[in-house]
Amino acid sequence: MRFSPHTDDEVREMLAATGRASLDELFEQIPASVRLDRALAVPDGVSEMELTADLRSLAGRNRSADDLICFAGGGAYDHYVPSVVWALAGRSEFYTSYTPYQPELSQGVLQALFEYQSMICELTGLDVSNASLYDGATALVEAVHMSMGRGRPRVLVDAGVDPRAVDALRTAGRGAGYDPETYEGDPHVTDDVAAVVVQHPNVYGVLEPVRDRFDAAHAGGAMAIQVFDPLSLGMLAPPGELGADIAVAEGQSLGNHLNYGGPYLGIIAARMADVRKLPGRIVGETVDVQGRTGYVLTLQAREQHIRRDKATSNICTNQTLMALAAAVYLSWLGPEGLAELGRQCVSKAAYAAEELASLPGVRLEFPDAPCFKEFALRLPLPVPHVIDAMVERGFLAGVSVPRAGDDLLVVAVTERRSRAEIDAFVSAMGEVLAA
Amino acid sequence: MIEGAPVRTQGPAPTTGTIAERSSDGRRASSFAPLDVPEASIPEMHTRSKVAELPRVAETDIVRHYTALSQQNYGVDTGAYPLGSCTMKYNPKVAETVAAFPGFQRTHPLQPDHTVQGTLELLFRLEGALCEITGMERATLQPPAGACGEMTGLLIMRAFHEDRGEQRTKVLIPDAAHGTNPASVRIAGFDSVNVPSDERGLVDVGALREIADEGVAGLMLTNPNTLGLFEERIEEITELLHAVGALVYYDGANLNAIMGKARPGDMGFDIVHINTHKTFATPHGGGGPGAGPVGVAGHLVDYLPAPIVVRDPDGTFRWDRDRPRSIGRLHGYNGNVGVLVRAYAYVFGHGGDGLAEVSELASLNANYLAARIATAFPLAYPATHPMHEFVATAEPLEKETGIRAMDVAKRLIDLGYHPPTVYFPLVVDEAMMVEPTETESKQTLDGMADAFLQAAEEARTDPDLLHRAPTTTPVRRLDEARAARHLKLRWGSDGVPRD
Repeated sequence: MRFSPHTDDEVREMLAATGRASLDELFEQIPASVRLDRALAVPDGVSEMELTADLRSLAGRNRSADDLICFAGGGAYDHYVPSVVWALAGRSEFYTSYTPYQPELSQGVLQALFEYQSMICELTGLDVSNASLYDGATALVEAVHMSMGRGRPRVLVDAGVDPRAVDALRTAGRGAGYDPETYEGDPHVTDDVAAVVVQHPNVYGVLEPVRDRFDAAHAGGAMAIQVFDPLSLGMLAPPGELGADIAVAEGQSLGNHLNYGGPYLGIIAARMADVRKLPGRIVGETVDVQGRTGYVLTLQAREQHIRRDKATSNICTNQTLMALAAAVYLSWLGPEGLAELGRQCVSKAAYAAEELASLPGVRLEFPDAPCFKEFALRLPLPVPHVIDAMVERGFLAGVSVPRAGDDLLVVAVTERRSRAEIDAFVSAMGEVLAA
Repeated sequence: MIEGAPVRTQGPAPTTGTIAERSSDGRRASSFAPLDVPEASIPEMHTRSKVAELPRVAETDIVRHYTALSQQNYGVDTGAYPLGSCTMKYNPKVAETVAAFPGFQRTHPLQPDHTVQGTLELLFRLEGALCEITGMERATLQPPAGACGEMTGLLIMRAFHEDRGEQRTKVLIPDAAHGTNPASVRIAGFDSVNVPSDERGLVDVGALREIADEGVAGLMLTNPNTLGLFEERIEEITELLHAVGALVYYDGANLNAIMGKARPGDMGFDIVHINTHKTFATPHGGGGPGAGPVGVAGHLVDYLPAPIVVRDPDGTFRWDRDRPRSIGRLHGYNGNVGVLVRAYAYVFGHGGDGLAEVSELASLNANYLAARIATAFPLAYPATHPMHEFVATAEPLEKETGIRAMDVAKRLIDLGYHPPTVYFPLVVDEAMMVEPTETESKQTLDGMADAFLQAAEEARTDPDLLHRAPTTTPVRRLDEARAARHLKLRWGSDGVPRD
């Protein structure tokens, strides 16, 4: 493959214009001692058709959610992605553009991000959203960093927060000088606690008594951070109503494909009082010299390219394209679609949970707790074995939770799963557990 | 004759208003299969009382609206995009095709390793190629962007020194560096210390020698540097840092200039991050997603984020999670794998020979364009030959006519070109940082050069033309001060005045 349009004659003409005799002379400033005196040991280039065949072969060695019926969740879900989402987000005027620093040439991306921010505010019941972050875990890191710097070095994390996100938080804390502490039940919020983090629904799918937790956080002067599921918010009370100061989410489910973990969408929303601490790009509405409405990146004085080592975050790239997909998807859903999707998730998860719990040796980890679209099971066999055996029967059975035990399986049921698929899943699980 | 493809409003009329303004009560686009299980509910204490006011629109409303928005946006597919330091090269279409294969697009991040052998092998091969291109030992593909890669590298640096029982607090950064460098340094818990540039635009090695002491954890450097100039004393620089026990970090922002020509590892760098959206043409997506793989030399492999892909003796691939000295995880899952698939397509489509040619022609294009516009916009550092990009200055023009780099940039828009980066690097007055990339033809570069020269001429003959520009775009110059003063960050708010 080659995408440079140069002919040999043009190369010669251009070299002459720069006073060079050869392409090699363009590199004469590199000292001979560090010049690579051999070809790169990367195979020679291939044609597009050969490359496509190679990648088709690699892709063919994966089992996708098209061929395994997906009950796996843990933050990444097999929700339906309507065709309209990528028909629009896939328009190359969007995806081949850069961060909109030249607003006159970037009104499309800027307005779409403004609309995304607006819809996130509507969903979360909070005042402001940024234009997106990398993913849910990194959004949590940024939210915790917003809460720091008030002489409060501790971070309390509810035991129901996804351990994968807590791991990312722990990594970031090595630099920022905190080590997240996990609590169970009510948080003990002393005057050295910067933030209390609660995931709702939690990593086991369970709905948490969030208001109580956040009241405790506020009573102790800490910020309340909620990790939420955006598609739960047609049914569940929004973070803003529950008392969250900052709400973060993995936004993959908003029109983005599973993509084996990325690119996903980090959502963050906060109250207006904290807008200057928000990381990343923020789009604002303004007017042009003729008084017409337009959009620009605003509050840039927070950001690394202006503030350098005083910036609120080092974020430069965000996930604009995923945010755009989310805006299209949420427009497609509308308020009624969001509510209907939630009703289907709740009902199908409840049905699947009841059926699975009736299998011998299987019990619900939290039998009395209300769930949204995920629930946790204790199995009589090790989960990795069960997952492998279920793959043989055509299912992605669910996910395990780090450090929660080898026999705990979290099952996710989205609106895509039909009763027939759930029944087949239960029946296959019965076979596996009986074997 | 100026060639180019300006963004102009297309279609019957400019779009007005947001998607919310197209709403009508009772209208919707979504549909679902009928609920085929008993309806369940959740306790009232958890339910939402007020409906989330998302748009109530039909699918045609959505399509017309976002299609109209796309027509108000300029991408590489629209026209030349010489935005310095951003590397806006053509994004091969085949990368989009292969990334959409269900085997890549429809795999769940937590499914068992034996069901994703194709992806694991792809990641393993890509890691190998990136290590070969950079001269590193192993790499993590997990960081989802360059800035996260920087944090990763700095946390590795921190762990390395801590393992030696050393408390080093400072990281050195050239004054021309990208803003993410000092921001990442702070986030990783270090203090940044500026390294001055000399009159040739290169690191002032004498000054560096004075500040490089035992309190220094490392130096972050781009090479070619942010001015597009190769640091020719690079070996001396890395040696003097190593002599005081510090590490040297390569910011891969400009790796696209030297592929197959020189390798950071051979220059003495210990850690390298790569921006796949620059070097390997994965689409910038309007500001993301990216991917920021980080490679390290042998002595730092143990600190790489977990997990990494390994190949077992039987030829199968798996994630190695048992890495006790690892700095940990940086992303919820496996990084931006969809972006890495595209990077793989670029690397293996071009091959080693093709990548070297990419660097050659990127450099040729930059040098050619620099020569063509030098009379009006001279190089900021003429004593050093630029590589894949160059920093010119509009200072002489500004002195003569009062026309500033920003005015030239806006006039270029009307002449059909995306402007270069202006006012960066901060160390150059009236900076215009130009990176044409290797995928632009001589004809395009000639058209672009003519546009630069025309703008300079107009600065003398008709300066008002530049002050008013752009006039061909859907909106004209926007009031950024008002946006920051009278915050309106979502629809339905009146804008919150700030005192």
